[in-house]
Amino acid sequence: MDIQGVIHFMQNYTYYIGAFGLIFIGLFIMLVKRNLIKVILGLSILETGVNLFLVSVGYISKGTAPIFSNASIEGKSMVDPVPQALVLTAIVIGVAVLALALSLAVRLYQHYGTLDLRQIREQRW
Amino acid sequence: MRSIISIFLLVVIAWGMITVLQEIPFGSSETRVGQRYIDQGREETGAANIVTSVVLNYRGFDTLGEITVLFVAAIGLGAVLSTNRKKKKREIESASLVLYTGCRFLFPLILLFGAYIFIHGHLTPGGGFQGGAIVASAFVLVYLGCRGRRISETGSKAVESLGGLIFIGIGLAGLAVGGRYFLSNFLPKGELNTLFSAGVIPILYIAIGFKVGSELAGVIDHLIEDSE
Repeated sequence: MDIQGVIHFMQNYTYYIGAFGLIFIGLFIMLVKRNLIKVILGLSILETGVNLFLVSVGYISKGTAPIFSNASIEGKSMVDPVPQALVLTAIVIGVAVLALALSLAVRLYQHYGTLDLRQIREQRW
Repeated sequence: MRSIISIFLLVVIAWGMITVLQEIPFGSSETRVGQRYIDQGREETGAANIVTSVVLNYRGFDTLGEITVLFVAAIGLGAVLSTNRKKKKREIESASLVLYTGCRFLFPLILLFGAYIFIHGHLTPGGGFQGGAIVASAFVLVYLGCRGRRISETGSKAVESLGGLIFIGIGLAGLAVGGRYFLSNFLPKGELNTLFSAGVIPILYIAIGFKVGSELAGVIDHLIEDSE
């Protein structure tokens, strides 16, 4: 891929690059960091990236939001509503998962007295 | 060592992703189901917001699953945090007058905004999940600003269960009256873009709004109670 191809790729895939940037940042944090709170934050960042990717897959060039707020809007120029409906509920589920993970972190801290994954038995890898 | 392995793993995943995504150009969704919902959604559900009609009408059963996941997560959080809880009384420093008055002033306004979001879910961007999150954020404000005030745990449980029961009850009523499937839209559709339109969708979204709001408020209550 020459430099022209790279620029073309960057221009056409900006949203994908952003979404996968977030996904890889989140994965990297989850794999490398040893503090449990940071691992949970990485999970949250990863999930944001996945949501952004799902919405950008459904985008149609120059499309509008799929809402018929007045009669003049045509259905031809609307983006795909199905990924948006998926992400809408996935965000709330993400909040619930985050809260559950944090509560488990609270219990682990109460039991072991530390959040460092190296010092918690059965959590080492 | 660990970060080197991780970076190598991520590079492999990234290379695979780039290879796949070159086949899917950005800005050209190829799915036909979305276009079908856009074309037929207004006549079939009466909701101006197509995302809402997908969430509550075409895929209402999935939404029931989603709120069940949320419910299970809230129950799990309560179960994890409630074991051998020691009731320690700690002196809480009361907030300043400005903070206290400010949060008491803002609390009803945030509740009103959340209610607006979930009542107008079929007309504007928004709906039960978003409105419920806004309602829960009002309770976060109270917990942070007016220390010592609590939501009643029985009250939040009751509202939560009532929301879920209304959702399932309307689904069963759709099965009984509409005849063909669970959660069918049996009420009159009304005129497009008015508040009283789209049949059962606003009622379902109000139920979801109350359920999500009380559930997230309960989650916050558990987490803050444990940290004090």
